[in-house]
Amino acid sequence: MTLPGSVEGRAARLATAVCKGAPAEDAIGRSYRRSEEIGAGADGLNIVLWQDEREAQEHARSVAHRIDEGESKLPLAGVPVAIKDNIATTTLPTTCGSRILEGYVSPFEATAVARLRAAGAVVVGKTNCDEFAMGSSTEHSAYGPTRNPIDPARVPGGSSGGSAAAVAAGIVPIALGSETGGSVRQPASFCGVVGIKPTYGRVSRYGLVAFASSLDQIGVFGRTVDDAALALEVIAGRDTLDSTSADRPVHRYRYEAGTTVKGLVIGVPKEYFPASLDPGIRELCERALEILRGLGATTREVSLPHTDLAIPTYYIIAPAEASSNLARFDGVRYGLRMTGDGLQGMYEATRSSGFGAEVTRRILLGTYVLSAGYYDAYYRKAQEVRSLIAQDFLDVFAAGVDVLFTPTTPTTAFPLGAKSDPYEMYLSDIFTATANLAGVPAMSLPIGMVEGLPVGGQFIAPHFGESRMLGAAYALEGVLATQAAP
Amino acid sequence: MPVTPADVLHIAALARLGVAPERVPSLVAELNGILAHMDTLSAAKTRGVVPVSSIGAAAQPLRADGGLPYPLARSLENFVPSMREGLLLVPRLATHEEAGEGA
Repeated sequence: MTLPGSVEGRAARLATAVCKGAPAEDAIGRSYRRSEEIGAGADGLNIVLWQDEREAQEHARSVAHRIDEGESKLPLAGVPVAIKDNIATTTLPTTCGSRILEGYVSPFEATAVARLRAAGAVVVGKTNCDEFAMGSSTEHSAYGPTRNPIDPARVPGGSSGGSAAAVAAGIVPIALGSETGGSVRQPASFCGVVGIKPTYGRVSRYGLVAFASSLDQIGVFGRTVDDAALALEVIAGRDTLDSTSADRPVHRYRYEAGTTVKGLVIGVPKEYFPASLDPGIRELCERALEILRGLGATTREVSLPHTDLAIPTYYIIAPAEASSNLARFDGVRYGLRMTGDGLQGMYEATRSSGFGAEVTRRILLGTYVLSAGYYDAYYRKAQEVRSLIAQDFLDVFAAGVDVLFTPTTPTTAFPLGAKSDPYEMYLSDIFTATANLAGVPAMSLPIGMVEGLPVGGQFIAPHFGESRMLGAAYALEGVLATQAAP
Repeated sequence: MPVTPADVLHIAALARLGVAPERVPSLVAELNGILAHMDTLSAAKTRGVVPVSSIGAAAQPLRADGGLPYPLARSLENFVPSMREGLLLVPRLATHEEAGEGA
């Protein structure tokens, strides 16, 4: 069974060619040459932090050997992939964009990476990110900011900005990122690529360095919807090493999704279209909805009434969990160790030297909202509001809506250094954090450009409704591609 | 209630973060700026609402109560600083020296 050629992505085509005998090393070599050509290193766009071409080529040869030995249907045979620097790999460092983990090489591999490799993919590099995934611009990396390949004066979004930029720049057709409040979808929108945050529990978090465990989820970037769907299909599924991974069958998203939206009911939440929304983004969203209606879907205005509480809720819960998760980085077990006065002094010196300003700020905020006297007012209250936000989604889907459509971000990519106020930066996640709080799947796909910058449209589906969401995305992408064709 | 410099020093100690005295005023301002937005939650009507404890709980099966083998890429000896008689040795701390503890 094959997909129509018009929707099949670059990754699937490459894997098919490699399975039929095309040299896997060539694709890997092209990836590195592309990286050099566009200046993906530290002195350029600063997309890739760590890479080892010799090891990658060796791995490509091992993929070719597996095919020779009879593994003729590897879905990602010879496909170069990039991995966000907070996802554990055994062949390259995993530093989370932080000095505190400088030089750390994991002794184990993340399940998502192991599944990509088992499918024949070749890891070509680890990508830059906001330190410990805390940020919305990839400016908070200890290794310097990543620049947007579409406009190097602007940010690629974050925190998975390096992975989004790697796909946008044509270095890889597929990359892994991670989401806690929108860290895949927001950079996907800013860089003009596809980004998926799966249902909480759909993809194993084993090997994803924990930031906020009740929100974290590994996500995928693709050049096209099909690239991203293929990657998701490969990495999804139960993993005994992550007790929060769901024991539910993995759908063959690429085939089940189909490419029709006839009869689909698409909810348009009014809270995601405020009067302050960039007019260009509003216009592109309206055009996308018109296309979907033209394909047979119906659209309906709906309300998610607690949307305006999402950012305060998120920025209490996530830092609270982070303050606990990051306690392990103390100079004893990992990476950096500074000298200090006694054990407490060593802890303090190490953590103060190793963590950057944003991570420090969030650990302090998280510690504060969990501390005696403030727990009920902040943390408990936020968990109650999180219930209300999750219920908003359950209600709207129970009322007959199949998927929701919204803008992914309120603005296009902003210039580097434009947001110095922390809360102003947090508002970048205003349309994305709700899906993380509710645990539902969501994705961003490019729907056009405003003043030369990409705009993302977001689909949100019920829990484990990835196929439905992808079906709508395939359909919309197909029409947009036709309209864009010369 | 606004965060004070004493609060910042207290939570920094709880979080094992050394904060230089000159950084305290700006941290106070930053945290108060952020928390002012968080205070909007107090107006939300949550009487009778059960707080979320785990978003994926319904789908979480429990495994048998036992350890799982971790699939390490290399043996322990290849990545720990040092080992002796099957135990991992971590670098000595100054406090150990002062206490005259043996290695």
